[in-house]
Amino acid sequence: MSATIRLQLTLNGVATSLDVRPGRRAIDVLRDDLGLTAAKESCGSGECGACSILVNGEVRLSCLMLAAQLDGKDVVTAEGLGTAAAPHPVQAAFAAHGAVQCGYCTPGMTVAAVDLLARQPDPDREQVRRALSGNLCRCTGYGKIVDAVLAAAKTMAEEKS
Amino acid sequence: MIGAVYCPTSLEALWPLLADGAHVLAGGTDLLVAKRGPASCAVALLEGIGELAGISEGDGLIRLGAMASHATLARHPLVRQHLAVLALALETLGSPPIRAMGTLGGNIATASPAGDTLPALLALNARLELASAKGRRVVPLADFLLGPGRTALAAGEIIAAVVVAPPAPAALQHFEKIGRRDALAIAVASLAAVIATDAAGTVTEARLAVGSLAPTARRLPAAEAALTGQRLNRESLTRAAAAIREAVSPMTDVRASAAYRRQAAGNLLLRLTPQP
Ligand SMILES: Cc1cc2nc3c(=O)[nH]c(=O)nc-3n(C[C@H](O)[C@H](O)[C@H](O)COP(=O)(O)OP(=O)(O)OC[C@H]3O[C@@H](n4cnc5c(N)ncnc54)[C@H](O)[C@@H]3O)c2cc1C
Ligand code: FES
Ligand code: FES
Repeated sequence: MSATIRLQLTLNGVATSLDVRPGRRAIDVLRDDLGLTAAKESCGSGECGACSILVNGEVRLSCLMLAAQLDGKDVVTAEGLGTAAAPHPVQAAFAAHGAVQCGYCTPGMTVAAVDLLARQPDPDREQVRRALSGNLCRCTGYGKIVDAVLAAAKTMAEEKS
Repeated sequence: MIGAVYCPTSLEALWPLLADGAHVLAGGTDLLVAKRGPASCAVALLEGIGELAGISEGDGLIRLGAMASHATLARHPLVRQHLAVLALALETLGSPPIRAMGTLGGNIATASPAGDTLPALLALNARLELASAKGRRVVPLADFLLGPGRTALAAGEIIAAVVVAPPAPAALQHFEKIGRRDALAIAVASLAAVIATDAAGTVTEARLAVGSLAPTARRLPAAEAALTGQRLNRESLTRAAAAIREAVSPMTDVRASAAYRRQAAGNLLLRLTPQP
């Protein structure tokens, strides 16, 4: 099998280095080697968004990335957005608005929402729906997820002012 | 499974890797879906080669780097202002994360009959700049697409850029796609149109191309001829729509029947009917 390489990245704000086979998928390295299990594998083929992470501030599907593509990057998983004690406003809004049922889609949904709000701090309902159109949810029917993102946008705008 | 992964930062460093059989990896949204099987291969990432990502204008031409992502292109002012048909096509491609990762070069090299950028680029008369250790050559996109997944790319060669002469500012640019749902839908049928008219409203040049209606995305000369010299109205569009239905060779698959596709192909053009 091919040799390992040393990856050096900023992972959820912490400088991290690890040795991996470069052709493994990013999602496997995050989950199996680093124990970061927020990003989920559901379809494994780019269609569901459960594996979404932020790479240099932009959404990426970690099931369609190689470990080598994480090298030198700033990588944020849902764990890095916030914690149970100090959640990100998007995470807090998901909890408050009933936007979480089984929770399988939630890490990907929140990552996609954070990506949207970074580019578009004051989106309308349609813009939220479009921005989350790569993330599938089998439970909520999406309405409460869109409510949560709109509420988070408001909270974040208030925190800024 | 992927074996070795190389990250060249220049074309000079890329060529020897390709000579050794490494496979090019751009955004990975086709390759890494397909490559989950056992076949082991080495890949060379293109993402570190800066010159492949630029979008620029010069000598009356717009140059789109092969590594520009769909999202970057769709929001770029040069694309929005001059190549509206491409911007419209990109907005229907995949989903936000697929558009953030997938690249123009990857969509072209994949040569899917349903590749959404292809009808738009054909209607724009796009040419491809191909690069290899031996140098560069320029090939019209129409000559590059040979069949489903088959292209004129030679061994050791990559797509470096797409070059387009922007249509006249007043030309009508339009893209329509039918899918099974709004997001994440492969085209059942698509149509791209770039139509130039003179001051009197007579069509001086019509360029029409379809996707998912033949083994490759393709232009439709008979339908174009049916519009040229005419005014754009219900009658001329109906005649051109009939010419489209005659020219296409659609398939029946899990998404739609051939008969549906043929009918829909013409209907897409009728959506251009001017509203009274
Ligand atoms: C969930 C999902 C939905 C999708 N929806 C759509 C859709 O609606 N419409 C659509 O058209 N496509 C769709 N696609 C397909 C795909 O996203 C696009 O074709 C994309 O543009 C491919 O680009 P890439 O950079 O990801 O290519 P990669 O996967 O990196 O590469 C694809 C192929 O092209 C070759 N290649 C890449 N760049 C070059 C280059 N510069 N020169 C030579 N060869 C090159 C690679 O070697 C490989 O064989 C979808 C894919 C997924 C996973
Ligand atoms: S697991 Fe990556 S998109 Fe579904
Ligand atoms: S909450 Fe169950 S999939 Fe979304």
